[in-house]
Amino acid sequence: MSSSAIGPHDLAGTLTDSINTKERKLDLWEKRIDAIYKLLSDDKRSHINIHEFRYAIESLGAEAYTNHNYYERWTLALRNLLIDKNILSELEITQKVQEIEDR
Amino acid sequence: MSTGYKGITPMPKPRTALTNLHDLSADFLSLTPVQKIGVAMQELLIEKGIVTPDELSQSINLIDMVTPAQGSRVVARAWVDASFKERLLTDAVAACLELQIDIRPIHLIVIENTSKIHNVIVCTLCSCYPRMLLGLPPDWYKSSAYRARVIHEPRTVLREFGTHLKEHAQITVHDSTADMRYMVLPIRPDNTDNMKEDELAELVTRDCMIGVKIPQLPSGFPPPDVDRFSDS
Amino acid sequence: MNARPKFNKGDRVIVRMLSPQPHTRTPAYLHGKPGVIERFCGAFENPEERAIGKSGFPLILLYRVRFFGSVLFSINKTCEADIVEVEIYEHWLQGDNSYAKT
Repeated sequence: MSSSAIGPHDLAGTLTDSINTKERKLDLWEKRIDAIYKLLSDDKRSHINIHEFRYAIESLGAEAYTNHNYYERWTLALRNLLIDKNILSELEITQKVQEIEDR
Repeated sequence: MSTGYKGITPMPKPRTALTNLHDLSADFLSLTPVQKIGVAMQELLIEKGIVTPDELSQSINLIDMVTPAQGSRVVARAWVDASFKERLLTDAVAACLELQIDIRPIHLIVIENTSKIHNVIVCTLCSCYPRMLLGLPPDWYKSSAYRARVIHEPRTVLREFGTHLKEHAQITVHDSTADMRYMVLPIRPDNTDNMKEDELAELVTRDCMIGVKIPQLPSGFPPPDVDRFSDS
Repeated sequence: MNARPKFNKGDRVIVRMLSPQPHTRTPAYLHGKPGVIERFCGAFENPEERAIGKSGFPLILLYRVRFFGSVLFSINKTCEADIVEVEIYEHWLQGDNSYAKT
């Protein structure tokens, strides 16, 4: 190899796994994340751009590819970005999860 | 399903659009810890006025509404109108606008399959995809396996989709690495001269426009006779 | 005012081996590889800068570059991809003068 991968997302030629071609519709939790990203990055808000979003996903590291699926990686990347930009805090998110659990 | 009045099975209730906060968080209990973070972020963003419940509902409901139909229309038009096809290959965004399909700010390149060259699209680095034309990307397009493999073994990957290319066919793989998005213009099948444009559009599936499949004729038609494809 | 494109369709180029960036859109399989400019795509915000909170201006120039698959992936066996075409930003490319232009 002439050069090492630019990140854990640089997958060309790295795997031999079979491809699961099964069709399915997105679950609500996935559409929710898709919508949140779309709204946060739209012209009205412009809180995040596609490049920092991709970078945030790449920054999750290789474990994110083994331990989490596509929209879970999006969720974690959005969470990290929102915290880095002081739009939400880690504490508020944790507390909100607990609050909803307790309902 | 329980039967209703006079033993008639009731029609399933139509999916109601998400309209309130309860609906927006209705799946919470069935979620994994990471997925629950999504609900928490949603509620916090609403509380802070960064997004409204209406905006979220609309955005969520829109997701399922985009299908490959727009892409199919573009392909069918290119099949019946040679000058449109040339404009499509030169400036795809402008050509789509002729059909009242506005994909801006997406930058689109349409790649034509020929009798000698077969094209297939991938985004090895993430999952870039022209959603406005093709609808949602399938799981497999976003998968690590597809991204890792199709770029160097497209023939084998296409076989896994049931598509068999002849030995001498050239394969070009397009990696959507930056700002462009891609759509394959498949070859119009033989024996379709009598088909109307909307009937032709029905032959064009999402997978044909990614390049892992070729348009199939309705059963009862003879198979296409193109020298790219093997007899198997 | 954007700079003029450095390369024209048909020019031979080599992908540079730049030092690692936090975020880039030139995958490793292209680094150091020779190809040919397939088309000029236009001027866009620099993703490497936009990813880390910078403005992404001035715009940078983007090309599609065509490679032989076997030049990119030839370690274990014949590459099934005859041709691979990808988008690469101008600062990742240098002119390849090792061949006489035909």
